[in-house]
Amino acid sequence: MKLNQLTLKKAIELLDKKEISLDEIYQDIFKVISEKNKILNVYLSIDNHSLEKAKSQKEKPLKGLPIAVKDNFLTIGLPTTASSKVLEGFMSPYESTVTKRLKENGGVVIGKTNMDAWAHGSSTETSDYGPTLNPRNPKYLPGGSSGGSAAAVASDMAIASIGSETAGSIRQPASWCGVVGLKPTYGRVSRYGVIAMGSSLDSPGPITKTVEDAAIILNYIAGDDKNDGTTSKKPVLDYTKNLKKGVKNLKIGICYLDHPKIKNTQAAEAVKKAGKIFEDLGAKVDFILSSQHLQKNKILTHEYAISVYTIVQRGEVSSNLARYDGIRYGNDRSFFGHEAKNRIILGVFTLSNQAKNQEELVYVYAQKVRHLYVKNFQDLFSKYDLLISPTSPSYALPVGATSGDPMFGELQDMLVEPSSLAGICGISVPCFYDEKTNLYLGLNIMGDYFQEEKILQAAFAFEEATNYNSWIKK
Amino acid sequence: MDSYQPVIGMEIHVELKTKSKMFCGCQNDPFYAPKPNIYTCPVCLGLPGALPIANKKAIEWTIKLGLALNCRINTLSKFDRKHYFYPDLPKGYQISQYDLPFCFDGYLETSYGKVRIRRIHLEEDTGKLIHKRLPTGEDVSLIDFNRSGVPLIEIVTEPDIKSASQAKEYAKNLYQVIRYLDISDCDMEKGGMRLEANISIKSQNDDELPNYKVELKNINSFRFLEKAIDYEIERQKRILKEGKTPVQETRGYNAEKNITYSQRKKEEAADYRYFPDPDIPPIRISESWLSEIKKTLPEGLEEVFSRWQKDYQLKKEIVQLLFETYKEKEFLDELFSFAKNQEVKVEKLVNYLVHKKSRDLFETDKKMIIDDYKKASTVSFLDEEKLKEIIKKVLKENQKAVLDYKKGKTSAINFLFGQVVKEAKTRLDFNQVSLMIKKLIT
Amino acid sequence: MKKISAKTVEYIAKLANIPVTEKEKQELAEGFNKTLEVIDALFKVDVSNILTIYQVTGMENIFREDEIDEEKMLSQDQALANAKRKYQGYFVVDQILAED
Repeated sequence: MKLNQLTLKKAIELLDKKEISLDEIYQDIFKVISEKNKILNVYLSIDNHSLEKAKSQKEKPLKGLPIAVKDNFLTIGLPTTASSKVLEGFMSPYESTVTKRLKENGGVVIGKTNMDAWAHGSSTETSDYGPTLNPRNPKYLPGGSSGGSAAAVASDMAIASIGSETAGSIRQPASWCGVVGLKPTYGRVSRYGVIAMGSSLDSPGPITKTVEDAAIILNYIAGDDKNDGTTSKKPVLDYTKNLKKGVKNLKIGICYLDHPKIKNTQAAEAVKKAGKIFEDLGAKVDFILSSQHLQKNKILTHEYAISVYTIVQRGEVSSNLARYDGIRYGNDRSFFGHEAKNRIILGVFTLSNQAKNQEELVYVYAQKVRHLYVKNFQDLFSKYDLLISPTSPSYALPVGATSGDPMFGELQDMLVEPSSLAGICGISVPCFYDEKTNLYLGLNIMGDYFQEEKILQAAFAFEEATNYNSWIKK
Repeated sequence: MDSYQPVIGMEIHVELKTKSKMFCGCQNDPFYAPKPNIYTCPVCLGLPGALPIANKKAIEWTIKLGLALNCRINTLSKFDRKHYFYPDLPKGYQISQYDLPFCFDGYLETSYGKVRIRRIHLEEDTGKLIHKRLPTGEDVSLIDFNRSGVPLIEIVTEPDIKSASQAKEYAKNLYQVIRYLDISDCDMEKGGMRLEANISIKSQNDDELPNYKVELKNINSFRFLEKAIDYEIERQKRILKEGKTPVQETRGYNAEKNITYSQRKKEEAADYRYFPDPDIPPIRISESWLSEIKKTLPEGLEEVFSRWQKDYQLKKEIVQLLFETYKEKEFLDELFSFAKNQEVKVEKLVNYLVHKKSRDLFETDKKMIIDDYKKASTVSFLDEEKLKEIIKKVLKENQKAVLDYKKGKTSAINFLFGQVVKEAKTRLDFNQVSLMIKKLIT
Repeated sequence: MKKISAKTVEYIAKLANIPVTEKEKQELAEGFNKTLEVIDALFKVDVSNILTIYQVTGMENIFREDEIDEEKMLSQDQALANAKRKYQGYFVVDQILAED
């Protein structure tokens, strides 16, 4: 076994026991990078001095292990571009809170990973630096927008990675690449130093080989940050501590399987099967029909979710990208790619007087409707401990599939949008494997606010009970 | 002609003198920075990924001003993003307040009547542009972000002001209140206090507001404010008399020529795409917080003046020359009661102090002040010709103060008086001397 | 469906400070129409009991004390490091007509 294939947990253990050395790990990591990065286009930049840096981190909990970081996290020493030509060559004078915390705990940022430019997309095909390919099958896309980070883990080019999600951008690529992706509760992990996309939605989180690895990373990046006024002051748990608690007596609701676009899909079948597995593990499992949560405001329907999401996200995008004028850093606004241009202009339109309705700001109205989603989830979580659904409606799509379909992103994200709007946490774990294509499907396990521990426990139990994780040999 | 009635509203921006900026911990000292772009950080430079955190003191000071101006305070407030592109605005939006300003519905008295205050809100200042021709011959604008993110309050009145002199008095009174609260230096020359007036004219009997307004900007003294508005009123009257409507636009004031000039025509309503800033959680001003702020509110200025009038027979017009901030007022309160104990007549002491205009009055030991006063109380007289000579000499030697006075900085007269006293080496009557100075200057 | 004029698209693109081609204008006009549909759908939902200040976190009153944070401040060199045009410690742009 090559050492780059180790899980984070195992690598820490073996380094602790001095059975392996950092030199050996980095040797294997750099070997696979030199073999595969040209083909897969995972990394936009690589730190060639990472091994030296790692050696001074040995005593810290993350032991100097190489972690891949999405290119929208600001890092001192490596360029940060958000995969856009606007920021080509931009060297940040400050460090994002997430990478700062990783580094303080002995993590080493080995490189910055490709993504959809400005995180606008679900394929990593909209990167200004070319698409990333799915390491499981290079004819396919890795998903996105954190496609590079998911691919880095799937191809063993890093021991673990960091992504960010606005709606689906961690979980969907994790699903397509057959890895684990955790989207924490909004406000659990600091956004400081992460290039903003949808400020009221953005959640940084880990993409890892196993559920336990996700718990380890979360331990080090979560928590209040005086530089981010939207981070929660709630104490951070040790998410690894009760990981093996299981799902006994938990109430689990299965969502969205009766949706016309999900019904009869492989994803729906896999999730039904997952429900059975949880039942066997002692949980009480129910199907939640869409019609059931359509009462009153009929709010959990996807059209409303898409409406709210489109308005909130586009409005925030147009505002957040207003600072890129090429004066203080980067290139001027003509360097924005097609997708970003489109989103900015549509966002400006959404916020403008031209789109005003009854003198009320459209954005404010959308935020209010968003509150109804929150209430609906509160209602659901008063009855269920966890909700599960497919992470995405389908397998990874072939390279080039996204270009002709403007609704591609929305369709991909529709299953995670409601939960992203509500700001609750979710984790995607592999729940199906297709031998013919070597591709995976993900199970989306959602929990109430700050119930990261609970979703990790359920995801861990599922991982233990199944054979879908390619790093856990049974 | 007399049937025309000016309708004037004012928008005044004031930079707060907090230690740090509005949404970041950068030093707030843009006017005295030794170099450009040295008080910046990721937040006020608008770097990717940076996030704002609101300065609590700036919020409290805004509310404090609102209370001093008889405003109601919103229990729930928030910051909004106001979008426009300009090179001095690093984020492409300014964090401001849209529909829930901290303060609303207040008023400020003037001798012509109450001026209602519509709202006071808090926002961030922009960077500063300097227009320059480089040695290469290129015409460029240089940008300094030392000022970017400095807390800025905007005080907006209802269109209650009816004349240029009322506008001037309103602005002066507001200046006095803000200086008294000691929340801003209100340095108009440097842009620490910026005056804007919206001016239109209706016929006397018309209840409706006119269907246009002219925004007057770039005025850096009270005197110019009065002159510019006067000019603008006459200009608009002329247009109206021709049966036309003045163009809705922004105009600047040229002090040398004493005219206003068109800066920008407003073709369409501004579209700032306001929305609540998702980076800043809303602000709830609870009863208890509000009462904490109220506790820090000093005795009202008008109350101070009427109390001093009652206790010491002090005239507001004179004693107000002596102090600006509430801390200085507190000093004077102590000084006055000390003087009274020493059987010194406070009224005379005040006259003496006003004339002396010592710069470090508030750092001086009170007993020493009284002793000096007693020593100087023996008044000597100079004949008018001699005095004139001395004044001429002082004016010649203090060209800057003369210029300041001409620009509308009335306090320059106090300085000049002090110089005359120094030169004459004797006590002099302020009213007599200042009158002569004014005559000789103009 | 509301007819989005080319003028509206140009006006919005100008607000956004983004140059657009003729082809993009057409595409955007369609996008604007779709956006209006999305907005119309949204305004059918009854939100009469929800405050305009709504944020998901439910947090309020997050402030900093009025203190200087030197650690976060940048030197002039750092501030200017990524700028394409600079002159004697200033950022530089083509001359803006003196307006404010």
